[in-house]
Amino acid sequence: MPSVCFYFQVHQPYRLRRYTVFDLGQNSLYENDDLNCDTLLRVARASYLPMNDLLLKLFRRHGRRFKVGFSISGTALDQFEQYAPELIDSFKALADTGCVEFLGETYGHSLAFLYSRDEFARQVEQHATRIRELFGQTPRVFRNTELIYDNNLAKTVEDMGYTAILAEGADHVLGWRSPNFVYQPSNCLKLKLLLRNYGLSDDISFRFEDRQWSEWPLTADTFAGWCHSVNGAGETINLFMDYETFGEHHRADTGIFQFMEALPDAVLAHPDFVFRTPGEVSDACPPVAKIDVPQFMSWADAERDLTAWLGNDMQKDAIHALYALETQVAATDNAELRESWTRLQTSDHFYYMCTKWFADADVHKYFNPFGSPYDAYIAYMNVLADFELRVRAAAPAAVVSETGTAETVTDVTDAPQKKRAATSGTTRKSGAKTRKPAAVKTTDKTAPRAGTSEKTKHAAEAAQK
Amino acid sequence: MRVLMFGWEFPPHISGGLGTACYGMTRALAQKNTEIIFVLPCTSDGKSVDGGRLRLVPASGTIYSRETEDRLETATRELWEDKLTVHPVETLLFPYDTPETYAERLRWRRLAGLDTDTAVSRHHRDTEISYTLKGGYGPDLMAEVYRYSRMAAVIALRETFDVIHVHDWMTYPAGILAKMLTGKPLVAHIHATEYDRSGMSVNEDVARIERMGLHAADRVIAVSHLTKHVIMEHYGVPEEKIEVVHNAVARHDVQHRYTIPPRLRHEKRVLFLGRVTFQKGPDYFIEAARLVLEREKNVRFYMAGSGDMLPRIIRRAGKLRIGNRFHFAGFLRGPEVDRMFALSDLYVMPSVSEPFGITPLEAMLYDVPVLLSKQSGVSEVLNHALKADFWDTRDMADKICAVLRYPALAKELVKNCHEEMKSIRWENAADLLNRIYHAVCTAGGC
Repeated sequence: MPSVCFYFQVHQPYRLRRYTVFDLGQNSLYENDDLNCDTLLRVARASYLPMNDLLLKLFRRHGRRFKVGFSISGTALDQFEQYAPELIDSFKALADTGCVEFLGETYGHSLAFLYSRDEFARQVEQHATRIRELFGQTPRVFRNTELIYDNNLAKTVEDMGYTAILAEGADHVLGWRSPNFVYQPSNCLKLKLLLRNYGLSDDISFRFEDRQWSEWPLTADTFAGWCHSVNGAGETINLFMDYETFGEHHRADTGIFQFMEALPDAVLAHPDFVFRTPGEVSDACPPVAKIDVPQFMSWADAERDLTAWLGNDMQKDAIHALYALETQVAATDNAELRESWTRLQTSDHFYYMCTKWFADADVHKYFNPFGSPYDAYIAYMNVLADFELRVRAAAPAAVVSETGTAETVTDVTDAPQKKRAATSGTTRKSGAKTRKPAAVKTTDKTAPRAGTSEKTKHAAEAAQK
Repeated sequence: MRVLMFGWEFPPHISGGLGTACYGMTRALAQKNTEIIFVLPCTSDGKSVDGGRLRLVPASGTIYSRETEDRLETATRELWEDKLTVHPVETLLFPYDTPETYAERLRWRRLAGLDTDTAVSRHHRDTEISYTLKGGYGPDLMAEVYRYSRMAAVIALRETFDVIHVHDWMTYPAGILAKMLTGKPLVAHIHATEYDRSGMSVNEDVARIERMGLHAADRVIAVSHLTKHVIMEHYGVPEEKIEVVHNAVARHDVQHRYTIPPRLRHEKRVLFLGRVTFQKGPDYFIEAARLVLEREKNVRFYMAGSGDMLPRIIRRAGKLRIGNRFHFAGFLRGPEVDRMFALSDLYVMPSVSEPFGITPLEAMLYDVPVLLSKQSGVSEVLNHALKADFWDTRDMADKICAVLRYPALAKELVKNCHEEMKSIRWENAADLLNRIYHAVCTAGGC
């Protein structure tokens, strides 16, 4: 009984503002609150809320015969709470139907697995906890940031107790094999591997509104027909895509919502077909073969590799500088710095620095709030420099001297605090508390600041409409 | 295809980007088998370059007969007196002038014993007439433009060609005259408008000539979309008449490998190179330098070039007490320019209004990363450059600091520029020009 398996990725990064060398050491307001809020409200109105409503309607109409998977990054959840809390309720309502499975990922939508296994494990745990708290489910299927995947990741995830992992059905990995079966990573014994059918996924997420496309306009019946043609030659059709596909990438007037509304009926019209969540697919289908992925792959660009985030020297420089701070951040034991650090790990920051397609002005530019990869790098490095100053100021004296950084801290604003931290035996807390600028940081979730509370209100109003 | 091209400057006698652009363009056209007769105000007699396909012809000293004079006189009067209503009296007019510098130069000329009248002579030998032209941007520029237009028109009557191509307002009257006399299609190339050069204090005569030339032309070529919008807005040139052909840079092998003196190696150098005038934004450069010097120690700023704003900038440097870090290199030429570029770690072009701006491309030939004002035409073709609004000195300073602090930035910029420069070639510009020539010729039925 072949299944159609939807998984939607929901993610919003905390975009940085043009943090300059003049802000460095003066304030620690890194994020572009206006842009983040505006973007979230826009996407919520255009995509998240109407699509959630549509899904709710479809779940009611089809009972338990239609179901989907979701992966919502921690930074997206934080922003929901901060700017549009009704989104949380909306997703909770979906969760209550029992037709939705939530997947596990890194809290900060980060590339942590590539640079720090400890940080990776910490973020996965943090994300799982958050999902459990909000939706009452413990993720048992894992998907890594941007479907970045290799054998080692699979092994790590298996050891963490997950039953399945998602990856891109890249040609260079699959060869003649079909993505429409369940596989097993070559070095795993239990973990199942679900591969994205990029052809059919991209028909919806990219080509749907392309008028040059020979299949335009795509109807649910046509698409369901393509799915049905897999019957007998596959067990699952994995349609993995960004949730913003609905209403944001493809506007409502392209007919994307009508398409999705009609799709379950069209697919279920064939008696052999069912919908399954990723977890159910892994339960229902035994692996047909082992897949060996020694090199990292992802779902980005034509190359399906890591070059979108780590292709040039600016990106590598930035990420190395970021992860070089790991021990110091850990030593501060300061929740606020930890949160900042998590947010700085979001893969999008590195994506904005990509120069690969820059001249062609395509998707990279579409997403980049800076307009130029160089500006993105400059702002990021300035932020990181300030963050480092904060970490040093907050770090216990032992760690500061141990890493040999105490002497190099020259910033006048930090010097007295460092001294105090060093002299007062109680270390950390005093160091952190004296730093007023840090305390104003944008990360306060429970009490939104004056500036944003108004926007939150707008969001609530918009939602009511 | 044979093109009669009217230009005002050509290497080695250049004072700005116009000559460099004409040089690169004509060389590339000649290589694509387009014949060019390039008429200059004066040049050391008609020499041929590129296998005879590019011929430089001086307008100065062109001898013509009484009959031609009569024919010319009607057209000249119609153009200059009826249409342009510009009186080419011999004034100390200079396109980049302000009243103060004008008086200053007048005084200098007297001190130097230069007399404007002796340099120009009109020969009356019974039946033959001729003028001598000096070229350049002399004080009697409008009179030169007037005389040039007449003699260039004479050359147009003598030569056979398919299309007339004129560069900037100094040659527009010549182009219009030639078109009136020969009926050949006219292509007007605009490298800079009066609004770019003078900001608020526009010279009305020059503006009138620009407007007339652009409207008389069958096709207008703008060096950037920025310039295209300027001429649409200020001169009402219809959009469909304008083509944008970006400038490029002629690749020349860097002959010298300059080594940085050991004592300077721990420092970085930031360069401004250009006329020190309102248009080029030198005052924004020094303000950005001030902000950077508040934060960074091992950096020096160099301002190379001269211009009316130089004394003000020097005074400002003194006032800010940054003179020991902000240096004035004066007007540089040839190898000095090469050396300056080669030793720099960042080239800044903070122009207030820059129709194109070739210097950043030259800086990139020396693997120097560039920071451009967004108000420049060159930023349309350079993706791999840092960009800032010219008035945003904080942003500019932030970017300068970033280049100084994060070595990966400069490295990445230079690496990607290398790739990008491969497509910024005069050959590509020449292809576009040839297409335009053919288009105007077929439309004109020749």
